[in-house]
Amino acid sequence: MSEGKNAALRALNKPSEFGPDLDISQYSRQPKNWEPCPISSLPKDILEKAVEVGVLPEQESRSATFFQIDHSVIFKAVQKIFEDKIEIMSAKEALKKYDWLKDYWWRIVSVDTDKYTALAELYWDQGYFIRILEDQKVIIPLQACLFISTDNLNQNVHNIIIAEPGSEAQIITGCTLHSSVQRGLHVGVTEFYIKEDAKLTFTMIHNWAQNFDSRPRSGAIIEDNGLFVSNYMCFKPLKSLQMYPVAYCRGVNARARFNTIIYGVGSSYIDVGSKIVLQNEGCRGEVISRTIATDRAQIYARGLLQGEHSDTKAHLECRGLLLSDEAVIYAIPEIVAKAKGAELSHEAAVGKISEEQVQYLMARGFSKSEAEALIVRGFMDVSIFGLPRDLEKEIQRMVDMTTERAL
Amino acid sequence: MGKPILEIQDLSVEVSGKRILNDVNLQICEGEVHVLFGPNGSGKSSLIMAILGFPAYKVVSGKILFKGRDITSLPTNERVKMGIGVAFQNPPAIRGVKLGGILSRLTPNEEKINELLRKVKIPSSFLERDVNLGFSGGEIKKSEVLQVLAQNSDFLILDEPDSGVDVENLRVLGTVINEALQGRSALIITHLGVILQYINANIAHVLMNGTIVCSGNPTRILGQILNEGYAWCEKCPKVKTLRCEL
Repeated sequence: MSEGKNAALRALNKPSEFGPDLDISQYSRQPKNWEPCPISSLPKDILEKAVEVGVLPEQESRSATFFQIDHSVIFKAVQKIFEDKIEIMSAKEALKKYDWLKDYWWRIVSVDTDKYTALAELYWDQGYFIRILEDQKVIIPLQACLFISTDNLNQNVHNIIIAEPGSEAQIITGCTLHSSVQRGLHVGVTEFYIKEDAKLTFTMIHNWAQNFDSRPRSGAIIEDNGLFVSNYMCFKPLKSLQMYPVAYCRGVNARARFNTIIYGVGSSYIDVGSKIVLQNEGCRGEVISRTIATDRAQIYARGLLQGEHSDTKAHLECRGLLLSDEAVIYAIPEIVAKAKGAELSHEAAVGKISEEQVQYLMARGFSKSEAEALIVRGFMDVSIFGLPRDLEKEIQRMVDMTTERAL
Repeated sequence: MGKPILEIQDLSVEVSGKRILNDVNLQICEGEVHVLFGPNGSGKSSLIMAILGFPAYKVVSGKILFKGRDITSLPTNERVKMGIGVAFQNPPAIRGVKLGGILSRLTPNEEKINELLRKVKIPSSFLERDVNLGFSGGEIKKSEVLQVLAQNSDFLILDEPDSGVDVENLRVLGTVINEALQGRSALIITHLGVILQYINANIAHVLMNGTIVCSGNPTRILGQILNEGYAWCEKCPKVKTLRCEL
């Protein structure tokens, strides 16, 4: 048995450092079987759910598409004009095709991090491989959907994204489920490689269900002058979500930015953080987190900046908005400076909707509830993501839909 | 003299149980511009908040009439809809709420917004900014005046539109405000009266310790305050009389 498998076996009972410990034996490993097909021929209810997480059936709006349901890859394609710029395929297919890919596998995220990474090694259910080829600037976003159609299913994906030197791209990943699915566990390991002068913006949207658990495990390495922007959104109720992705700014002038917007509803338990490790001269990092907690939601908003080299700079901003007396937000920003000249700072603020702001808007003619909705929507302003205008509008529409329903 | 547009009758107001306005009486008629002077902490801004009906400003006695209707217990937005527009002194910054979004609520007329932007000399890119977030002193005043003008109210309340504004912007704001005041009524709070160089006010009032202690010719009252400070008001026999009545 391989070393990785052994390490995974040893970690199979290892709880995660944060978040509630899950009994992984309670989930089913019996998926529905799905045959490959064009996205547009998928059932309407699946398509609607996919659109809600930014995955569109119209091929012309996206440069490449990957669609997985349960454990089956049902679609993967690159638009013709992007064929010499992008590669997209299932991770299994990619490992077969490229011998070198094994050097990227479990290199940033450790296989024995906890029982969830162990699951992803021992019970691996596909995931995608995306590669932006050298010097290719892809102006139309790529998309990937990880869909669950079977109740109580455990889905473990392992994704690899490589932005080759000088490349630029936007990726949208939507993780969601069928309306009949109430329970389940999604484990998503994603390893990002941002090479010299490459720029990658990764926007992930999660829509789960009330009794669903999610454990993403992500890591990124950014080389010289590379830029990695990771945007994360989760607006729907779920049982528990815990993740703490890390970006290693390894090269000179490498930059990383994490933007998170979370709307915690129902009894959701959400523990989400972002880490940036600055390992070379000129590295820069920024973590922005906006969390809203209503009903009985519990949210932990973590952040860690670690400066390991002089002439590095990073800032962490953690803002929380409490909409219910029964909800709780814990903002936990951390700063670790290991080198002289590492300039690290953080600010954290949690509070209710400001009465002064409501009054101000009422003095402009808005009713109290309109004013509150406007403030909440403003708090979830997606312009912090720094997306291209069209994509920003698309995502703002999704946020508006959520806030309209929620408020 | 036109009909009264705003009537404040024997108004007393508390904030957190503390009395901040005492038996204030004020009547502003259609087409009149009134100025409110007073030392820091005398209750000028509180009077505005009370007129707007901010919940923290609890009316303990007296009433406020607007266009003849008792608005004392109306919510702020209802009062505003009746035709009250206000430019705040220190408005709160609201993340993610764009100035343009508020303006388009105040008027659906985009052409009008563009025209107002040109008048107050604000670039249209300003509309994309989060309202009051990182605005300079001058930008805040311009943005507030812009909002009031977009609203097209019959009665304007301007809380220190001239404080913290440089000479050039003051000229811009003064001209715009003067133009907006034609045919409208207003209550303007000013500390140093700089705005009076640009507008014609009919009556000035001095508010001290939560009470209007003196009313009269704006230029004369301002002259006295600038020369002798509010100490003059303390000495003024008329004030003393009123104070004794408290």
